[in-house]
Amino acid sequence: MSATSTSVNGNGKYKVIGTRPIRPDGVDKVTGRALYGIDMNLTGMLYGQILRSPHPHARIRGIDTSKAAALEGVRAVVTAKDLPPAGADEVISLVEGTFRLTHLRSNILAGDKVLYQGHSVAAVAATSLHIAEEALRLIEVDYEILPDVVDVVAAMQEDAPLLHDDLTTQEFGEDSGKKSNIASHIQFKLGDLEKGFAESDIIVEEEFNTASVHQGYIESHNATAEWKTDGQLTVWTSTQGAFGVQKQTAGILGIPVSKVKVVPMEIGGGFGGKIPVYLAPQAALLSKLTGRAVKIVMTRTDVFQSTGPTPASYVKVKLGADKTGKLLAAEANIAFAAGAFPGSPIGAGAVCVFSCYDIPNGLVNGYDVVLNKPRSAAYRAPGSTQVNFAVETLVDEIAEKLGMDPIEIRLLNAAEEGMRRVDGAVYPRIGCRETLEQARAHEHYQTPLTGPHRGRGIATGFWMNAGLKSTVTASVNEDGTVNLMEGSTDIGGSRASIAMQFAEVLGLPAEAINPMVGDTSSVGYTELTGGSRVTFATGWAAYEAANEVKRILITKAALYWEAKVEEVRFEDGDFIHASDPEKRLSFKELASHLVDLGGPVVGTGAVDPDSGVGGSFTTCLADVEVDPETGKVKILRFTMVQDAGTAIHPSYVEGQMQGGSAQGIGWALNEEYFYSEGRMKNASFLDYRMPTCLDLPMIETVIVEVPHPQHPFGVRGVGEASIVPPPAAIANAIYDAVGVRLRDLPMRPDRIFSACLEKQAATVAT
Amino acid sequence: MVIGDIERKLRLQNFEYSAPVTVKEAIDLLAGDNCGARILAGGTDLIVQLRQGHLSTDRVVDIKRLPDCNKLSYDPSEGLILGAAVPCHRIYGDETIVKTYPGLIDAAAIIGGIQIQGRATVGGNLCNSSPSADTIPILIAYRAECEIAGPTGTRKVPVEDFCTAPGKNILQKGEILLALHLPSVAKSSGAHYLRFIPRFEMDIAVVGAGAYVELDEEGRSFKKARIGLAAVAPTPLFAREAGDLLQGKEVSEASIDAAALAAQSIARPISDMRAPAEYRKHLVKVLTKRALWGAVRRARGEFVPNAVQENGR
Ligand SMILES: Cc1cc2nc3c(=O)[nH]c(=O)nc-3n(C[C@H](O)[C@H](O)[C@H](O)COP(=O)(O)OP(=O)(O)OC[C@H]3O[C@@H](n4cnc5c(N)ncnc54)[C@H](O)[C@@H]3O)c2cc1C
Repeated sequence: MSATSTSVNGNGKYKVIGTRPIRPDGVDKVTGRALYGIDMNLTGMLYGQILRSPHPHARIRGIDTSKAAALEGVRAVVTAKDLPPAGADEVISLVEGTFRLTHLRSNILAGDKVLYQGHSVAAVAATSLHIAEEALRLIEVDYEILPDVVDVVAAMQEDAPLLHDDLTTQEFGEDSGKKSNIASHIQFKLGDLEKGFAESDIIVEEEFNTASVHQGYIESHNATAEWKTDGQLTVWTSTQGAFGVQKQTAGILGIPVSKVKVVPMEIGGGFGGKIPVYLAPQAALLSKLTGRAVKIVMTRTDVFQSTGPTPASYVKVKLGADKTGKLLAAEANIAFAAGAFPGSPIGAGAVCVFSCYDIPNGLVNGYDVVLNKPRSAAYRAPGSTQVNFAVETLVDEIAEKLGMDPIEIRLLNAAEEGMRRVDGAVYPRIGCRETLEQARAHEHYQTPLTGPHRGRGIATGFWMNAGLKSTVTASVNEDGTVNLMEGSTDIGGSRASIAMQFAEVLGLPAEAINPMVGDTSSVGYTELTGGSRVTFATGWAAYEAANEVKRILITKAALYWEAKVEEVRFEDGDFIHASDPEKRLSFKELASHLVDLGGPVVGTGAVDPDSGVGGSFTTCLADVEVDPETGKVKILRFTMVQDAGTAIHPSYVEGQMQGGSAQGIGWALNEEYFYSEGRMKNASFLDYRMPTCLDLPMIETVIVEVPHPQHPFGVRGVGEASIVPPPAAIANAIYDAVGVRLRDLPMRPDRIFSACLEKQAATVAT
Repeated sequence: MVIGDIERKLRLQNFEYSAPVTVKEAIDLLAGDNCGARILAGGTDLIVQLRQGHLSTDRVVDIKRLPDCNKLSYDPSEGLILGAAVPCHRIYGDETIVKTYPGLIDAAAIIGGIQIQGRATVGGNLCNSSPSADTIPILIAYRAECEIAGPTGTRKVPVEDFCTAPGKNILQKGEILLALHLPSVAKSSGAHYLRFIPRFEMDIAVVGAGAYVELDEEGRSFKKARIGLAAVAPTPLFAREAGDLLQGKEVSEASIDAAALAAQSIARPISDMRAPAEYRKHLVKVLTKRALWGAVRRARGEFVPNAVQENGR
């Protein structure tokens, strides 16, 4: 079955953009030749293993590594003591998150305390994996167990066990001096909230909770490090951004970035979770001590227990509307479980909460809260899904109370160009309304849903998308092809999308471009693959590089014809002599003459675009059937509508939309970190229940194209916004099916069943 | 003070591997010395448990070359002989078995996914003795017996007496389950197994229920019924009273509900990450009812799809 996709507004003005060429990395991937991090094997390489804390919260009184170090085959053991002395506490900012160096260091190797089950305590390098594992059992750690807290609301209480002795709450950006697990409190205000509620005819207010959920990439974390005697360190790893790994590793190890070369291997998924470093610094320390390359690979259990889930959340939202359904006031209190160290996407959550609607009066309070879980990491539209679940459920309730169609109420309030969001930003041209209109017009929405215990839900979501730095270098080959070196690791087919934007400028077939992902020594600085930015920003860099190539080639054509540069035009992929139209050279022909025309042609694009506050909107439709006796939900039909700006390679846009939808469905129905006594009990894919193919219907996609006003091709990022509305759409569908409102994610069968029972009891009682 | 009490998952350690071709050889290997030998059928439990460090061994004895363990034969008067090394895909690939023992197919076709079913055996499912094993309730319902060979000869044991605790069973050192014997089925009979899982595949049963029923010629009343349950006690349960209640009763909502309630009353589930106990208890009633109705419909010649048919494989 192929994706059923409709491209709306497709303007047919491009040759390459909008087509579906085969991806350049496809053959290697389907034939197993692509090289991933765990494929690294260097001569004399050692195997590393990490000792992890079994306790959610404990003080480390001592670590005795002598027995482990004495085991035959063990070459080195390191603990926090082996880290270089901490320098200045720099803050590293990486697209969808910031990292304080001190926190990164203690996450890599715990200092005086372990803050979560799975916290890295020591690392071993040995001649085999078995010996390294055996050595872990010989390391004696003397723990003083401390009370733990894994619930975000509990962690905010005055009497909660404190994780960090030195953590004080930042109130609106200023240090309050108050010791607490609340790392920061932020606030946005717009208009006059009290007036807005006073004028409202209808007010709804509810509390919502969402669980910690993992990005669930197929490939687990890995790193191989080789620290040579000349002081040069090379790291091969699976990452969303080689330069980010370089910055973090250099920072932790106290060496200049130029001493660290990071080679990004093919990546088996990231979704935000492969931004922080988890293994490279330990592998590097072990390599320095042993003079050998050291490889460390995580098990799935390690991935769950030690790497970033998205924050669990508590969200309280109050909405007011007049009789016509116009939203007048909105208030949100949002607490995100940052995990062991501060830095949840609370800012993004606070921006996104009311981002889909034009609401004149608003107040948002956001709290970044530390607790005894792994440090949370970015996860596809970080922070937006949690808050969207609350708002989109309440909008549905208002529509129901007013007897309005759920799409009409959203259209009535839809965010538009010129609207001021609660954080103060003003929208440029955006496609919120268009996604709603396309959803309404879709055959899915127009076809009535029949049958018992079935329901339809809709929800709209938003993600802001990033611009930021990207570099592309293009070299023209004499056979008319182009080598394109870019710095963005390719997670979702971006090599193709970047090459296509380059090809479009020069009128070349996509196949003539050979895109490659460079390491930190072979390409200019490029921010990581995240924030839906790669097709937007790296594509923009490719556009700039192509234009430079074009300019140079025009001079080459002039040289060839012994004409003036002004006399050469570039048209439809050909270089033309303006006054002698007989003189015409294709790109390929001109390339073949380059040897005689003064040497190599290289173009570069180095950009740092501000994406504006354009962002991408999604609207989704979900039909469900609920088994009333068990509470189990079956998704019957699912349609995702997204504004892509311009869809460069529609298959990869659809792929993003389907992938985000599948993950959103996972959040909605079954995925969660299941805790008991501070420990995660379901750290395997057996019991951490991501949707399988039998859990998903074919996800239908509708690409809307409202071009980004600044981008040369009108691209908006499409990587993230599709994960945002599915949980709310499914919650609304469940309500439509069986009349119960679920306010906690995941909406597990037992929760739905209990809610149905309560409803029955309530009906009997009245 | 707590010192380094790590729950470590060790990677597979080295072990000796043998694949004997006679039962005697196999028994000698297993009983021979003090080694912690383990039997390997499909390995879909064993290898995982060794890798996770839940089990350890220095010798693995593969039974896939033993002819006795590869038998899969049906005889209308003798019933079904199901060798302990026969993988699930062979069972649901056999049309006679699909027709005659649909309840067994319900279970064999939902173990893991299609790759797992290429290897996993019903014998291994039983010998792993997990309370949530999918084939055990229906084996109980079909009144299956275990044929066990050991150093002191062979013995036969009803499946309901086989498991003793989570992961534990009556097998003694050196003993091998050779095959399972399912008695032949009566004319107006039917069986059905179903489980509740939060997803639509790849989960361990939150609750499982298997039922075998024999009806009178008109298909109006029960002559006999047997019910087995999974994941609601430390071992799979034989809900004997619940089945007996139906004997001679008319097929009706009321009689089936009563049997379901009786089955529910013996369930003593735990709360864990897979489900809360109270919810499990509720599911026992729902699933027993559905299993009984499915069995009745099959006994009446109606079509009730199994997982293979449902997923269009
Ligand atoms: C991904 C996955 C999904 C799964 N899904 C399910 C599921 O949905 N439902 C379910 O019930 N199970 C499931 N399982 C568990 C497993 O697949 C089944 O229990 C399977 O039937 C085991 O059969 P096997 O032949 O692979 O057993 P093995 O792993 O070979 O053996 C299991 C145990 O029994 C012992 N043993 C095996 N044969 C004999 C014998 N003849 N005599 C004595 N002892 C013996 C072994 O020593 C071992 O301890 C799943 C496993 C995986 C990996």
